Amino acid sequence: MWHDAVVVAGKDLRIEWRSRVGLNQVVPFALVVLLLFGLALGPDAGRLRAAAAGLFWVTVLLACLLAVQRSVAVETADAGRDGLRLSGLDAGGIFVGKAAALALQLLVLEVVLAVVAALLYATPLSGIGLLAATCVLATAGLAAVGTFYGAVSAGTRVRETLLPLLFFPVVAPVVLAATKAFSAALSHHSGGGLGWLGLLAIFSVAYVAIGTIAFGPLLEDG
Amino acid sequence: MSALVPPVDHGLFGEGARSDAAAASRQRRAQLALRVVGVTGLLGVVLTVWLGLWVTPPDAYMGNLVRLLYIHPSMAWDAFLAYGVSFLASACYLWPRTRDLRFDRLAGASAEAGVVFTAITLVTGSLWGRPTWGTWWVWDPLLTTTALLFVLYLGYLALRKVPGDPEVRAKRTAVGALVAFIDVPIVYFSVTWWKSLHQAPTISPGKSDVHGLMAWTMLLSFVAFSLVYVWFVAHRYRLAGLQAREEAEGLALALAERRAEGAASAVEENEVWT
Amino acid sequence: MPHAVRFREAVALAGRFPLLSGLSLEVAEGEVVHLRGANGAGKTSLLRACAGLLAIAGGTAVVLGHDLCLDRQSLRREVGLLGHAGFSYEELSVEENLAFALRAARAPAERADAALERLGLVGRVRKTAVGACSAGQRRRLALAVLVARAPRLWLLDEPHAGLDHEARAVVDELVREAAGSGATVLVASHELERAAALCDRQVTIAGGRVLEPGGDAPLGAPIAALAGGEVGCDVA
Repeated sequence: MWHDAVVVAGKDLRIEWRSRVGLNQVVPFALVVLLLFGLALGPDAGRLRAAAAGLFWVTVLLACLLAVQRSVAVETADAGRDGLRLSGLDAGGIFVGKAAALALQLLVLEVVLAVVAALLYATPLSGIGLLAATCVLATAGLAAVGTFYGAVSAGTRVRETLLPLLFFPVVAPVVLAATKAFSAALSHHSGGGLGWLGLLAIFSVAYVAIGTIAFGPLLEDG
Repeated sequence: MSALVPPVDHGLFGEGARSDAAAASRQRRAQLALRVVGVTGLLGVVLTVWLGLWVTPPDAYMGNLVRLLYIHPSMAWDAFLAYGVSFLASACYLWPRTRDLRFDRLAGASAEAGVVFTAITLVTGSLWGRPTWGTWWVWDPLLTTTALLFVLYLGYLALRKVPGDPEVRAKRTAVGALVAFIDVPIVYFSVTWWKSLHQAPTISPGKSDVHGLMAWTMLLSFVAFSLVYVWFVAHRYRLAGLQAREEAEGLALALAERRAEGAASAVEENEVWT
Repeated sequence: MPHAVRFREAVALAGRFPLLSGLSLEVAEGEVVHLRGANGAGKTSLLRACAGLLAIAGGTAVVLGHDLCLDRQSLRREVGLLGHAGFSYEELSVEENLAFALRAARAPAERADAALERLGLVGRVRKTAVGACSAGQRRRLALAVLVARAPRLWLLDEPHAGLDHEARAVVDELVREAAGSGATVLVASHELERAAALCDRQVTIAGGRVLEPGGDAPLGAPIAALAGGEVGCDVA
């Protein structure tokens, strides 16, 4: 399985490297969203600073949706679904590989976004350790659920509209916990974020496990 | 067209000709039982309404608001019951040894009921919140969890509506239900932690005593609405079964038509090659 | 001699449409069989079923010893399907696509060069992104993947379509070599003469079934495996 995961992740990252869809489209989109939030909440620095953590994670979630759709589109372009099934790859490996590639891209996006959000919302970054740990754990959860629901909706003709409806409610706890952990880090109370990290870890482990098991049946019949 | 339909073997759709009589009598009994459940449930609801709105006294602290006690908790209970049944049915479908499309239908029917009950729970909870807390909506853990649950299962029902092969759809939605259900405790814990604003149950009687007639009315509401739940699910389940049977009958016809294509071209073939 | 493919009254559905409507076919190992029939007769469906891509809703289907009713995954590394789609990634180059396919199938990577050369994908084309390749070049890539994977069962759906004269000759050679090395080949083709020269036997498909040479397709054959409105495989 791990061999297959590495092969698939390498393939997806290479495709992103070639096409730069994430870099040229998803990252700018996320920046636009950050700007719009700033406009919506007004120029009051205090209010923006108070909301910065939440705005950051909602932006990540929106960008994540696009990244998931791209990850699905790569497979379905040239009847790739059949291609994946015929390839002889292990389904669990495909899931882990695609989720890992997605997570890596999201992590890069988060670094860029964090820097820009810190500037736009006048929020100095503090508690870097907690911020980084939160990003890693939350992204693992988002990527796992995203890849899973991407496959669920891939077989349907209403993919674009169905995916967010399925995806967003499930990751609500991730947004909540990650926002809380970020707020704790930014307000210099890193200790208060540890519990939320634990929650994120549980979420990620649960959904990576479920996805790995359930991806086979989905890929075959979904 | 009808000439092309193969002689329909009873084993295809029914229990086989031998057990037709037994099946019919079993079906009649099931229908009777269902009718009894339905009538009892409806009578119970009527009785609950009468007791809840006219007979029971207003509460010393909460006044007439206390009457929500006779609908909101039982609705919430039914919603969770419905999701629980839906989850178990989905798990049964995914488990290879108990894989049966009947479980898929049960999961769908129960989730539909659950969404209806959740909607009523949310509305009654909001009605309660307005005079009690001064706003229609409070970010109370249970309320928030229930709202997310509502959206989660709306997504599940949307997934069920996606057309496709019954088996494919069943597997896809069963996996979806599993994933959604596992989210429930995580959502609940995170939201509780996030905002432990209020007393644990959304509507708790607080200091007022629920006893005597009030307690009995509340108990009755639980029984009555649960019966309504069973009745609702049984009917939706039956309807889904009929739809599946209709599809299966369509399948026999489709198979016959497909084979007829072959027969037609066989004639052509012979003409060409002889 | 063991059978590479053994279908008995196999039914496969797409939604409610029967792609295969009770198809029976036996192909011995090492045999090269030509599948013919009109558009929509079920040739492609049969090939896809042989690759384990279609759920078998009724009857029995055994391919290379794998019962498709029980397990459609484990046979995938032993079959190669040349379909209408190329199963390639547009952003990756020709050789990267081939390398991915070989790594995925755990086939030795050294076979890649020979396969590409064989299909004439040399020089600049190797490094070209598949998105920029012509239809014929994509077809050659799909064939190169097949050659490099060296499956036990070749499933070729219109292998000559979209290829130039030289490549069509290569396809014929490849089929003969595969058969020579003991592999089984199913070729669905409308090019009757070309395929006839290539194959040991012809099978005509119509209406999702195999037409018997006599031309009678029994209409009232029992659809035995469908029970209770729900379809399932024969246990037998």
